[in-house]
Amino acid sequence: MRLFLSFLLALLLTACAGPQLRGTGDLGLIIERASGHVTLVNTSSRQPYARIAGLGDLSHASAVYSRDGRYAFIFGRDGGLTKIDLLEAKIVKRVIQSGNAIGGSISQDGRIVVAQNYTPGGIKAFDAETLELLSEVPAEYAPGQFSKVVGLADVPGNKFAYALFEGGEIWVSDFSDPKAPKTQRFPAGTQPYDGLVTPDGRHFMAGLFGEDGIALLDLWQPEKGARKILENYGRGQEKLPVFKMPHLRGWSVAQGKAYLPAIGRHEVLVVDVATWKEVGRIPVRGQPVFVMARPDGRQIWVNFAFPDNGKVDVIDTLAGAVVHRMEPGKGILHMEFAPRGENVWLSARDDNKVVIYNTETFAKQGEIAADSPSGIFFTTRAARIGF
Amino acid sequence: MSANKFIFALFLLPTVAFAGEPDAARQKELVHLVRQDCGSCHGMTLKGGLGPALLPENLSGKPVDGLAATIYYGRPGTPMPPWDRFVSEAEAAWIAEKLLTGFPH
Repeated sequence: MRLFLSFLLALLLTACAGPQLRGTGDLGLIIERASGHVTLVNTSSRQPYARIAGLGDLSHASAVYSRDGRYAFIFGRDGGLTKIDLLEAKIVKRVIQSGNAIGGSISQDGRIVVAQNYTPGGIKAFDAETLELLSEVPAEYAPGQFSKVVGLADVPGNKFAYALFEGGEIWVSDFSDPKAPKTQRFPAGTQPYDGLVTPDGRHFMAGLFGEDGIALLDLWQPEKGARKILENYGRGQEKLPVFKMPHLRGWSVAQGKAYLPAIGRHEVLVVDVATWKEVGRIPVRGQPVFVMARPDGRQIWVNFAFPDNGKVDVIDTLAGAVVHRMEPGKGILHMEFAPRGENVWLSARDDNKVVIYNTETFAKQGEIAADSPSGIFFTTRAARIGF
Repeated sequence: MSANKFIFALFLLPTVAFAGEPDAARQKELVHLVRQDCGSCHGMTLKGGLGPALLPENLSGKPVDGLAATIYYGRPGTPMPPWDRFVSEAEAAWIAEKLLTGFPH
């Protein structure tokens, strides 16, 4: 009984002390794609600390963070946009903004959240505070013709760059006046499938599916238009079938080079970002999906499309070759590095867990149960251009 | 129809129906393949993504053979790859039929 009373007293004291203050720099979330949940995690303790339900269809969901790293904006496939408070571990606001969405981004000043949509094709801008619709840019590339939007990335100047899959163009929309965006269009190439902005915010690249090559736009000199790099990297050879589209993001730039997935080839292409010339290609064990640099740029981790989605290859950027091959689980969909890269978290969809590996020793450091996990997003993204 | 012929037909029917029907374990694998891996482009709920929606209302009127051929051989000029390494023609036909009538979970 005395023990129980002291327990009650302890509870009371905790209650009086009010909520414990804490920062958000070591927090993050895991998307559980099949069940509409997110699991909130702590990258210091490498443990989950809360789970939130009711986010709808989270297949291919992604998240961006408010500048303070407290709020996550989660874009669901069903067009749901959900704002989550990571400290209070709850949904703050949720709207259904379209019929079919593919991701989103947050503006340089943190005040505008933009969703990119497949149906109806285009982008929509929301007030980050209230999720009220501010404006939209329909991806009408020809009269009555709407395109799916891919590769949306925030770029300096409260602008957003993105590509039009059917339209074959790169668009840059300036939201300096959030209610009246101004859009510039640039011909890019056949079937852009995703895009990225370089970590300095200067170049936007759109990977092309319908032709060998990547469209590159210098955002400092947009009047020069988009040009093609890595043209004909397949050199007319027959492409291998692609069972999942690769993903591009600024994480692929390391040590002055960009490491990019080849389409229909089991290779990572290496480009010098000063000259934009190909300087190498590295054979890997499948069609690359994510080609992600460890934050220090020493390693590049690569996962693969079906049927090689149980494998992960690690490239050493000094050696320019794969130095470690692993099979960390079934259906490896995504990876996220700890803020400074000492470990990496991999979602193993078909094993229903996230596995954590030390990036120096490649030893497994732990795992977290999750229902069909897909994307993993840490708050360190809050401060990066193009995330 | 004579009684004999009728009995013969009864024998034949299940044989024909079963020829293209994968067993229960394989059906489970195929459902997983369609929802998860076809789902990369078509959406886990098959409402569409970079690839078109594959719900019955989107596919109605399309012949099952054509759908099965698209699955098996892919569709050149589009991102749709051939799945012949992973499914047989009969399995492609089974998937196509199930898509037309509402795909299992």
